[in-house]
Amino acid sequence: MNPVRYAKAPSIAEAIATVSAERDALYIAGGTNVLDLMKLDVEEPALLVDITGLALRTIEATPSGGVRLGALATMADVADSPLVRSGFPVVSQALLASASPQLRNMATIGGNVLQRTRCAYFRDTSQDCNKRKPGNGCSALAGVNRMHSVIGTSSHCICSHPSDFATALLTVDALVHVTGMSGNRTIPIDELYVLPGDRPDIENVLQPGELVQSIELQASPHARGSAYLKVRDRASYEFALVSVAAALEIEGGNVLQARVGLGSVAPKPWRAHDVEAALIGKPANATTFDAAARIATRGMRGYGQNDYKIPLTMRTVRTALGLAGGIA
Amino acid sequence: MADFTRRKFLVRVALPALAIGLNPRLVSAAQILSVTRLPRAGPGPVPVSLLVNGKSIDLQLEPRETLLDTLRDKLGLTGTKKGCDQGTCGACTVHVDGKRVNSCMTLAIMAQGKTVTTIEGLANGDELHPMQRAFLEHDGFQCGYCTPGQIMSAVAFVGERRPTDDASVREWMSGNICRCGAYANIVAAVRSVAEGTA
Repeated sequence: MNPVRYAKAPSIAEAIATVSAERDALYIAGGTNVLDLMKLDVEEPALLVDITGLALRTIEATPSGGVRLGALATMADVADSPLVRSGFPVVSQALLASASPQLRNMATIGGNVLQRTRCAYFRDTSQDCNKRKPGNGCSALAGVNRMHSVIGTSSHCICSHPSDFATALLTVDALVHVTGMSGNRTIPIDELYVLPGDRPDIENVLQPGELVQSIELQASPHARGSAYLKVRDRASYEFALVSVAAALEIEGGNVLQARVGLGSVAPKPWRAHDVEAALIGKPANATTFDAAARIATRGMRGYGQNDYKIPLTMRTVRTALGLAGGIA
Repeated sequence: MADFTRRKFLVRVALPALAIGLNPRLVSAAQILSVTRLPRAGPGPVPVSLLVNGKSIDLQLEPRETLLDTLRDKLGLTGTKKGCDQGTCGACTVHVDGKRVNSCMTLAIMAQGKTVTTIEGLANGDELHPMQRAFLEHDGFQCGYCTPGQIMSAVAFVGERRPTDDASVREWMSGNICRCGAYANIVAAVRSVAEGTA
């Protein structure tokens, strides 16, 4: 790991002013991603700005019945929050299916949504990676790509986004409140991320120095009727092969509203709009869920070792819809 | 701009300012532009004060030094083990402000002002902590390398008051890997303390 300078930010304004003005400065909070990548020489910041002293850890109800999660709330704080567990079960379930108890005590939710891919070629500086070094090539295309993406990829990058939490956020219409040099703005979670295209090094719409202040979960009947299903190589403490967040509002036996998010199949948390469209207005039964699950694989293509993710996506969507709809 | 009235000016400038005044979360661009950038420490050694096992210690550390390396190499507290050094195995588990964390993924400089407890701080003199006794009684180890991390994690697990059936213990202890495979006895040891039968 390279030597690095350190500053502890006493205020949000000073943190943003410092990181925005300095090339090679990074925020650090939980540190579970930044420090990990620094040890691998994938991140080589000249300056770490410690934001853990900022008052951004509160979890509170919003006037409209939602919940505002401070960006420095830990994964454990949010998973255990009664407000989150009752109104947004998919969010709590996704967090509890993530990482380990120790890491969940450290990692913040602001950092979680901005975490980097687990692609082994991204994490190994002896390998080619367009995300790490644009124009360098992608070793994963013809390499060990069992964990990689089957949709939203490009010929430059087929990495997958590892966040269970962000996948769940897609289904509860979450808003990301950020602040930067040009002030405050609010970004719907699905608009935070960009696909790799020919610039895999650009992963989101944030400007340099822009800081996530909070993530707002918006209350809805479908958020209350939500569930998270994660399929992985071992039962705990492992990244997903495929995960599905499903949120359904069912009235009189029919699906009134639906949200479906797919995790670890795309370079960003993937919102399955066409699956949602296939559910709305239909009876909430096995026939509907089967048909919707088949639609989930439209446009998917494998790269050899990850071909299995396509049928696995279909089956995971089917089961997750059953869990959300109470007819598993 | 003939239609740019005073009223419009006030709406555009004063209302956002008012919102910022009412909501401490909102920070204006002007506020950010007006502050000076932060003073920074390092990259060479800088003064760092830690509170470890009830003792306050003043050190000179580089900002990049992890809590794990500091405990082992600077303080001689080698009970905390380095397994993977990437937050995967749990051998480095310690308590920071009472919560179990991976010390390999923690910068020592960021542990300032917090209470750090290691495996060496668990016993009361020669009297072992109940979890240490339970690991002995249930033979919850073979080589012992993961054991300090297992015990620190297990003590925190009991404090978290989770369900204590086998499946829950396995799930909530999953951040600690045992390559000898002593899991059955580890689960028995943890359950015995969690259920008050140690």
